[in-house]
Amino acid sequence: MSFEVLEPGMLALVQDAGRHGYQHMGVTTGGPMDEFAFFWANRLLGNDLDAPQIEITFGRFSLKANHEACIAITGGDLGARINDQAIAPWRTHHINKGDRLDFTTPVSGLRAYLAVSGGFKPAMKLGSCATVAREGLGGLDGKGAKLAKGDTLEFEKNASFVEAFLPEPEVPDYQQHLRLGVIPGYQYRSFSIVQREKFFSCDYEISQNIDRMGYRLKGDAIHSDLDGIISEGIAYGAIQVPKDGQPIVLMKDRQTIGGYPKIGCLSALDAGLLAQRGPGSSVSFFLSDVAEAEGRRMLFNQRLKTGAPGVR
Amino acid sequence: MRIESVNENTCMVYFGDQIGAESAGLVKRATDRLRRDMSDLIVDLVPSYTSILVTWDLEQADRFAIVRRVRAAIDSEDDGSTGGDSARIVELPVYYDREVGLDLEDVCEHAGLSRDEVVRIHSEQLYQVYAIGFAPGFAYLGSTDERIAIPRKSTPRLKVPTGSVGIAGTQTAIYPSCTPGGWQIIGRTPQKMVDWDSDSLALVQVGDQVRFRAISRDEFLELGGNLDEL
Repeated sequence: MSFEVLEPGMLALVQDAGRHGYQHMGVTTGGPMDEFAFFWANRLLGNDLDAPQIEITFGRFSLKANHEACIAITGGDLGARINDQAIAPWRTHHINKGDRLDFTTPVSGLRAYLAVSGGFKPAMKLGSCATVAREGLGGLDGKGAKLAKGDTLEFEKNASFVEAFLPEPEVPDYQQHLRLGVIPGYQYRSFSIVQREKFFSCDYEISQNIDRMGYRLKGDAIHSDLDGIISEGIAYGAIQVPKDGQPIVLMKDRQTIGGYPKIGCLSALDAGLLAQRGPGSSVSFFLSDVAEAEGRRMLFNQRLKTGAPGVR
Repeated sequence: MRIESVNENTCMVYFGDQIGAESAGLVKRATDRLRRDMSDLIVDLVPSYTSILVTWDLEQADRFAIVRRVRAAIDSEDDGSTGGDSARIVELPVYYDREVGLDLEDVCEHAGLSRDEVVRIHSEQLYQVYAIGFAPGFAYLGSTDERIAIPRKSTPRLKVPTGSVGIAGTQTAIYPSCTPGGWQIIGRTPQKMVDWDSDSLALVQVGDQVRFRAISRDEFLELGGNLDEL
């Protein structure tokens, strides 16, 4: 059972929940930029939560179904269509043999997730298929390549169609102004009160320099009292401040260690919301704490277990 | 030891503020114990010069439970199961020559030493693996003798050949794969540093010690060394 990639678009990657347990060797995790959307796509289909999916950035991705299947689409609305009929994200869809599925251009958000019932079956490298091009790991053949025209996306036979969707009030609005809680940590204390005030009161613009390693922001420059620090491990969502004072939020393909001061960290769910914004969008930050982030994540994990209408 | 929250499932354990053998020893000892006692909870450990980043499974434990477990693991007595606290020594053969040591002449000139002296100074010493990062398997080794210390190249190379041995400041390292980089290259090892298809994956780990052994061109080739630029 398979789909065939007709057009790969700008960036379409095989991703699972990430390559965990190898960061001490300098191997980054990779994994979905938007965990909320990724986990819901698998949950709607009743898949294992870390089952491989396709992360589509910016759209212009097309495939042909060589066999019928049940799919789920979550994340950014990239104008998905089956046989040129618009279909809604955040729900499951039935796709017939010979059907064509297109992701056109972003309507809202930046990254869409395409899951198939039972999950795609790419090669596994170091326990994961998460694609990290720079490391030459993951993807269909395990060597880190993004999807290309003519690639075959295999999956196991799983004919039964489940009609499931995420209730509308729970669907994130990727267009509303983004205000994210920062967990103070790392070198937070080395930023003076004046610098912190500046950071928490500025509207930062998302620059053109955004990728799966990091999101560079533009706005009021902030400075710590430190020139550099002894290189240390970098968590997902950490906010690094290099010499020019422009913050960089470190994302899924981040380097494992680094020597720039960090003012704090976002929660994984908040970093996922940032990952749905493109250049020119604005983001501001407020001082939050780890208890809030932990509580929200535990509620989300619990919510995933409860399921959604139609989910078995 | 200081334990600080980073995010909902990550914390930092700090062991000091100075790079050196003392912190490195504490990091190695703690990493071994965390692996031994907390493999049920830990998703990832990132040991570095003076700290360990700990990521855990939030489904299994909250941050209070983690702090308790981390303290208990690190304070526990050595029961021999972690192989003790002595470091493993890895010996790496290196062909030091202008042919593959692309910056060897610059290093000699900067140091005011002959090629043989630079090679002797670089290879007679035992190095500590302080951290791994930048690229998979890229190990930061310290510290070199001050006499052969040299700043990074002002313009990094777009491609540093696999196996290249470089110096930056008083640190030295081996490029495990062909990547861009600005370290001053003095030689090349025929030894494969990472192999994702082998069981060992990466040859050196944080906490190990490394010694370089100067080899001839013939031995380099015999051991499978590659003289190509890439």
